[in-house]
Amino acid sequence: MNITQILFWFLSVVAIFSALMVITSKNPVYSVLWLIATFFAISGHYILLNAQFLAIVNIIVYAGAIMVLFLFVIMLMNLNKETEPQKNRWLKMAGAVAGGCLLLVLVAALKDTDIKQQQALVNEGNIGLIKNLGKELFTKYVVPFEISSILFLSAMVGAVVIGKKE
Amino acid sequence: MPINYYIFLALALFSIGIVGVLTRRNAIIIFMCIELMLNAVNLLLVAFSKMHYLKNAAADAMTTAGTDGQLFVFFIMVVAAAEVSVGLAIIVMMYRNIHSVDINFLNRLKH
Amino acid sequence: MQNVLQIVYLIPLLPLIGFLVNGLGRKHLSKSMISVIGCGTILASFVLSIWVFLQVKGGNTHVADYFNFISVGALKIPFALQIDQLSSLFLLIITGVGFLIHVYSTSYMQEEKTEHFGRYFAYLNLFIFSMLLLVMGANFVIMFIGWEGVGLCSYLLIGYWFKKQDYNKAANKAFIMNRIGDLAFLIAIFWLIAKVGSVSYTEVFSAANLAKLKATDITIITLLLFIGATGKSAQIPLYTWLPDAMAGPTPVSALIHAATMVTAGIYMIARSNLLYSMSHITMDIITYVGLATALLAATIALKQNDIKKVLAYSTVSQLGFMFLALGCGAYTAAVFHVMTHAFFKALMFLGSGSVIHAMGGEQDIRNMGGLSKKLKITFITFLIGCIAIAGIPPFSGFFSKDAILLSAFEKSPVLYGIALFTALLTAFYMFRLLFITFTGKFRGTQEQEHHLHESPVSMTVPLIILAVLSIIGGFVGIPEVFMHGGDKLGEFLSPVIASHDGHKVSHSTEYMLMGLSTGLVIIMIIFAWIKFKNYQRSEATGFGKVLENKWYVDELYESIIVNPLNKLGSFFSSIFEKSVLDDMVNGVGKMVNYGSRQMRLLQSGQVGNYVLLMVVSMVIIFVIQFFLRK
Repeated sequence: MNITQILFWFLSVVAIFSALMVITSKNPVYSVLWLIATFFAISGHYILLNAQFLAIVNIIVYAGAIMVLFLFVIMLMNLNKETEPQKNRWLKMAGAVAGGCLLLVLVAALKDTDIKQQQALVNEGNIGLIKNLGKELFTKYVVPFEISSILFLSAMVGAVVIGKKE
Repeated sequence: MPINYYIFLALALFSIGIVGVLTRRNAIIIFMCIELMLNAVNLLLVAFSKMHYLKNAAADAMTTAGTDGQLFVFFIMVVAAAEVSVGLAIIVMMYRNIHSVDINFLNRLKH
Repeated sequence: MQNVLQIVYLIPLLPLIGFLVNGLGRKHLSKSMISVIGCGTILASFVLSIWVFLQVKGGNTHVADYFNFISVGALKIPFALQIDQLSSLFLLIITGVGFLIHVYSTSYMQEEKTEHFGRYFAYLNLFIFSMLLLVMGANFVIMFIGWEGVGLCSYLLIGYWFKKQDYNKAANKAFIMNRIGDLAFLIAIFWLIAKVGSVSYTEVFSAANLAKLKATDITIITLLLFIGATGKSAQIPLYTWLPDAMAGPTPVSALIHAATMVTAGIYMIARSNLLYSMSHITMDIITYVGLATALLAATIALKQNDIKKVLAYSTVSQLGFMFLALGCGAYTAAVFHVMTHAFFKALMFLGSGSVIHAMGGEQDIRNMGGLSKKLKITFITFLIGCIAIAGIPPFSGFFSKDAILLSAFEKSPVLYGIALFTALLTAFYMFRLLFITFTGKFRGTQEQEHHLHESPVSMTVPLIILAVLSIIGGFVGIPEVFMHGGDKLGEFLSPVIASHDGHKVSHSTEYMLMGLSTGLVIIMIIFAWIKFKNYQRSEATGFGKVLENKWYVDELYESIIVNPLNKLGSFFSSIFEKSVLDDMVNGVGKMVNYGSRQMRLLQSGQVGNYVLLMVVSMVIIFVIQFFLRK
């Protein structure tokens, strides 16, 4: 078992554990913090796959910007109490069972695919580097890139319009 | 790493997200679970991208196969960021109106 | 001289233009303009037809391929016109007789309103166009287009006076009867496509393709085509529409229901003579159907009192004769008779039109009589027509009828006997009509007698021309016995029509037969003269009553076909519809209503429930896929 494999298993366990904590924590603030941990674990996976650009963006955008936004909202609305009234027990159970079934079915379906012989290249390969992605992004994908800026603008306008007091 | 591992990891994260959506009532937590599901997909996309690269790199060392997958991840993040800003604005408005973020109060669809 | 035949498309195109101009401009054009356009286009077509005829006579035949009409897989149906001996002959008949009837119509229809006058000429031009397409088409599909077109025009013109309900019914009857035949024609075309893979004449009739066809196929195709012909050409069992079709204006009856359209069936069979010659069963059926129709219609004509009805049944009878000739393999004789019949029957219809015109719309011959003094030209021309149809030499009818009788004799003397008997009946009823109408005392009202007048020039000139043609028209087919090489028509048509195997009867027999028929016909005429020169009206009794009621064929059709269908229809509408269909339809509504009331409970409005259902459905879909893949 080399260092890469150890890292892979470690990060996977961290990711799954943190994800479970996200949905089981009573306090929303803890949920946010556990989610940030999950994102860090996933970024670790990105680095392991040598997708450095995405790893950094993931931390900046997700762990940084988005989760801070979540925290802000929770704090501002004073939701950091374990106030959530319990859902119907049976409905909760049904939800968990349904989710579990989905996992089971998907695993069963994907277990025997031909793709399982394939390997994902870890530690090496330079396609995840900023230089390579930037070249591609500003040549082949320049139009979607520009359109996404319009999307941001409209999302911003939308957020302002929805969020403002009448 | 065998691609299988990544698939199962992503599936696990995705299913945890779904269970969260189904079991919690707090709109913000549900929203976070959706983000978790998005990230599961992102992870799988990056893994596939590297798999694709490995397959092509055997023939051509300078190949850029797989770049598309990572760029897709980038765009998903862009969309997710926009989505979060609008979604949180909606949750704020909802809190302002009914003083709760419990989705069970949101049964207006029935009427 | 190929380039002359390049412009043959103008022949049908001109009447079409005339149709469009008259049809669209009928509210704006004056009557004289409409007449000039209507007649002018036909005249131009006629001139072109003569030109084409001369080319063809010089040995030029031509298939003009214009564009791909239908192209499906390997099947290609071009829009092509074929000019050969047969079609050029029909072109002459159609445009020639058509032109005369157009001219005649200009005065006959003078009393109509301008708008309806325009409509009339538009229809007439459309008819000529369709008929030309029918005879010029180079394949069965183009022929079928023309075939349907003439059926449509016939319908439109029978119902020309659409305000009278009876006329509309007659038009419907004609149309529906024709549809029955058309269906058979259509099936025959499909059959040909399935078996031969082509519908163009040159390919279907090529020796290789004929050899490829099985005997049963040929029999079925020819029989279906023949059923199509019985519809259009008014043969048993589909003949009853033709007498009713007399509801239309008289020139229409002359053009469509005597001279041209009804001969389409003859044309079709003559065109496909190679196929027919290969199926003896079909030939025999045609012979018997033709003979039976000829005899039946002739007996009915004996007792009819409507001047146009007599002529209509006479037409049916003469068509029967033509089919008899076709059945005996004497295609040339049939086409010959089509031509002469076109002359003298058009002449008589126009003559009857002239009489009706003079009588102010009266059609019942019992109310006429003694018209010969007032309507001299009409009388003389009508007399010529009667002599021609009766078959007295040297009038045209003699030659064509003689050719048919001879072919019947070759097949079997019994056939000859019946055919001769029918011919005698023909002479009898035609002269009965002539004597009742034109001799004796006038039996109509004072007012009508006062109104009597000879028709205007534009009506009498066509009569005279047709009379001349009726006299001399027969000379193109003088039988071999009289003059060696006299049968110009047979010679002309020989490239398209396989000549039947020579004369089997000796010259002396032929002379004897001619003498016999002519003598008997003259006796018949004298008999008719004695019986009808001073006609007094009397009620028909006994068998005469059966004949007057047309053997009750209409009533028979009414009771065995129309009534059961009506009964079935009312059964379906009153019982089946109410108890089965309505319940079914209402039941579906009720079920949906109930189901939706139950399904509504699923819509709790809770987002959580929706998401749960979504996930459960996804799981189910995955499971189903998973098992299906195994």
